[in-house]
Amino acid sequence: MHEWALAESIVMATVEEARKEKLKTITHVTVHIGELQQIEKEIFLFALNELSKSQKPLIKKDAFVLKTDKSTLSCKNCGESWKYSDMKKKLNKTESESIHFIPEIVFVHTRCPHCGSPDFEITKGRGVTLTSIKGVR
Amino acid sequence: MTMEPRTSVIEKRLKNINRIIAVASGKGGVGKSMVASTLALHLSQHGHRVGLLDLDLYGPSSHIILGVKNKFPTEEKGIIPPIIHGISFMSIVYFTEEKPSPFRGSDISNIILELLAITQWGRLDFLIIDMPPGIGDETLDVIRYIKRSEFLVVTTPSKVAMGTVSKLLTMLLELKKPVLGVIENMTMADASFIEQEVQRLQVRYLGKIHFDHTLEDSIGNPDALSETQAMKDLRLILKKIHL
Repeated sequence: MHEWALAESIVMATVEEARKEKLKTITHVTVHIGELQQIEKEIFLFALNELSKSQKPLIKKDAFVLKTDKSTLSCKNCGESWKYSDMKKKLNKTESESIHFIPEIVFVHTRCPHCGSPDFEITKGRGVTLTSIKGVR
Repeated sequence: MTMEPRTSVIEKRLKNINRIIAVASGKGGVGKSMVASTLALHLSQHGHRVGLLDLDLYGPSSHIILGVKNKFPTEEKGIIPPIIHGISFMSIVYFTEEKPSPFRGSDISNIILELLAITQWGRLDFLIIDMPPGIGDETLDVIRYIKRSEFLVVTTPSKVAMGTVSKLLTMLLELKKPVLGVIENMTMADASFIEQEVQRLQVRYLGKIHFDHTLEDSIGNPDALSETQAMKDLRLILKKIHL
């Protein structure tokens, strides 16, 4: 359950930020999940809620809201863009799982579907980011 | 607001590791991976709990030196590195399957952050980091995210190599990072240029590992590696810094 490690980083970063903002209770945290990371949302949410117990400042039950970002991959060579979901079916289970662990492995196992170049970038939907923390002072 | 959460958890992942030693050079091809792998083997043979992290993301080679085949980390609240000859060994090679790895700078930093955030090392006496050449992203990221790193620097007897190694040493000294010393690797003659240059920079010169013709045949076989003259030379050097 690799999701647990990422959930732990989210909870620790939330607590750190809330302390900086002098929040006493954290009521609402928005987490964006990039398509490339292929996180299992249910497991991730379970881990977030479990890890939130007994934190200071207090994280309210169900404070976490997960949003999924579709990916955009853009080729530096030909300028075309595409989504990871467009090419995922061409990958075997091991390749797809490796991208789940480290999204940049997409540069190893895939190429631009238009020109075949390995020189592309992830412009959207890479991994897990925190986008808002709300609470009560 | 967009916040990077992974940096928050790195310290926790490394907190049960007693010492972290980055084997670095600045120059490629001087034998960093060989020194890092054999250092990890040496420490493991002395009963220490040892981890080895290969951060050479374009050209990982520690797995070749240690003969790692058909191994993969297990998933348990992160990823747990497999144990190879007593060493918890983590490398990008588990995910790249020996295919070319065309990463740009920001990708490198993301990969390092991801590896540091999700790897569950557990309790270790030593974590050895096999650093890539250069003083770019990987070196800067190790300095930034692994604040407790001590550096063991490797050069060859070449003036060309030392030219670059001096720049790495100058930067580490400027940043007040602990430098355990410099190992002169693959020596063939008794010259003192490297020793003088290292001393000029006020860094500890640790000694020579002589060019060993038998070393290549021992690659992939840790038992044979342990018997090489290169390993014997390394052990004498490590004694000087109590490793």
